[in-house]
Amino acid sequence: MELAKGLREIQKLEGHTDRVWSLAWNPVTGVAGIPLSFASCSGDKTVRIWEHNPSSSTSSWDCKAVLDETHTRTVRSCAWSPSGKFLATASFDATTAIWENVGGDYECVSTLEGHENEVKSVSWNPSGSLLATCGRDKTVWIWEVQPGNEFDCVAVLQGHTQDVKMVQWHPSRNLIFSCSYDNTVKIWADEGDDDDWACVQTLGETNNGHSSTVWALSFNDGGDKMVTCSDDLTLKIWGTDNEKMQSTDDFVPWRHLCTLSGYHDRTIFSVHWSRDNIIASGAADDTIRFFVENDDKDGLVDGPSYKMLLKKEKAHDMDINSVQWSPGEDRILASAADDGTIKIWALTSGRLMKEPFSLLLEQLCNCKCIFSFILVSIFGIT
Amino acid sequence: MVSELINANPVIYEKKERRVRSVPTAAADEYAVERIDQQEIFDHIRDIKDPEHPYSLEELKVITEDAIEVDDGRGYIRVTFTPTVEHCSMATVIGLCLRVKLLRSLPSRYKVDIRVAPGSHATEAAVNKQLNDKERVAAALENTNLLDMVDECISPSYE
Repeated sequence: MELAKGLREIQKLEGHTDRVWSLAWNPVTGVAGIPLSFASCSGDKTVRIWEHNPSSSTSSWDCKAVLDETHTRTVRSCAWSPSGKFLATASFDATTAIWENVGGDYECVSTLEGHENEVKSVSWNPSGSLLATCGRDKTVWIWEVQPGNEFDCVAVLQGHTQDVKMVQWHPSRNLIFSCSYDNTVKIWADEGDDDDWACVQTLGETNNGHSSTVWALSFNDGGDKMVTCSDDLTLKIWGTDNEKMQSTDDFVPWRHLCTLSGYHDRTIFSVHWSRDNIIASGAADDTIRFFVENDDKDGLVDGPSYKMLLKKEKAHDMDINSVQWSPGEDRILASAADDGTIKIWALTSGRLMKEPFSLLLEQLCNCKCIFSFILVSIFGIT
Repeated sequence: MVSELINANPVIYEKKERRVRSVPTAAADEYAVERIDQQEIFDHIRDIKDPEHPYSLEELKVITEDAIEVDDGRGYIRVTFTPTVEHCSMATVIGLCLRVKLLRSLPSRYKVDIRVAPGSHATEAAVNKQLNDKERVAAALENTNLLDMVDECISPSYE
């Protein structure tokens, strides 16, 4: 497997005048000669659109548009429709705005009102026909896209007992995943044919779930695994039965596969699973970490285990709020932080070589095992 | 504000003597990274006014110098405060005042945790969780009424 050997900072983007909360890559860019582009949103109440300029001698990133004078408070998150034509932005001002990209100009074509207070996250379904939003009022709202840029609320999902931090549509199934200040992840399915949405599973502390706020979640490319990150300083990997999921319309439950702890030492705000199976996490310890599945199976552990591939300490001067892999072939990552900046990174590839030191450590561990085995078998000492 | 005081008769303590911080003059290099200690943090927050009494948090012993922990190397600071009564509904406001005052006083590299002293508040876990959720804090500080209240408490008293 081709793995990464280093992380290179390509550019630091300045422009926002307050913390940058979130960013979203336009999914139709980075392919077929269309330059990569993403949106960022901030406590400065604006959204910025950034684009790669491959023709410039320095191959730089430029701010192409500033979307302002619509939201009156913090813009907490943003999401592109699958076609890349619309951008949805969720704000503390209790609204979600829909922006249409008309030849590089962005026009606010609709404002979704309904949440009682802060809207914290927004997500489009894979076909772009539905939108989900969530917020401090503990609810998840589902909106249907109607002709003429109309959005009708078709369901309000109640079940979380606190603030809902993030909502995310499953990449292929008609399922919504939400994570909350109540420490749980809830999975919602349309049980009937008529927008009869219900909570079909709650992943809480009793199912090996998180013990504090769950801030974000992300799916692998196949949609049969999910990673969540939390204020409890852990990342958790969850899985479902892919074969069963393909063969039935019924909901197939998710289960805990493993917990990654002992890495970040402050709240983990963001996690994103790349198409080639590298998990990136960004946290309040200013560090970005990368994890991959351990392929040296030793037969001792059930299910997959994960190892840290790389870490970048002091990636930003302050808390990292969002890490997102770009679409397209290259391993480009963008990160957004409390310091008001966005950074573009390239994960440089190469075969992962075991460093002599870690090899030595491994050998020592093996020796220790044998040594204690001898102690136990000869002297009965444990 | 509240018509009836939550703690009508708080105990008032004497203020601690103000020490002059001993800055080694020989190493007065203006570019050197200045280390931050307990006393400096205490000096930043001792004069914050209680939201419902004309006394400072120091006079009410809501905060003491000993309740401040500093890990200057990692830039981690933890302030533990003790509300005057167990059911103090002002605890989150006091916590917000501490957070905002330190946010405005310290270099941005510092990471601040605020908590109520263990056993000092009826809903300790809930108060602590809220005060350390920066998204909730950010949203709270966009509320003009709340921000006015915080500003009033942390404004200098010119005594």
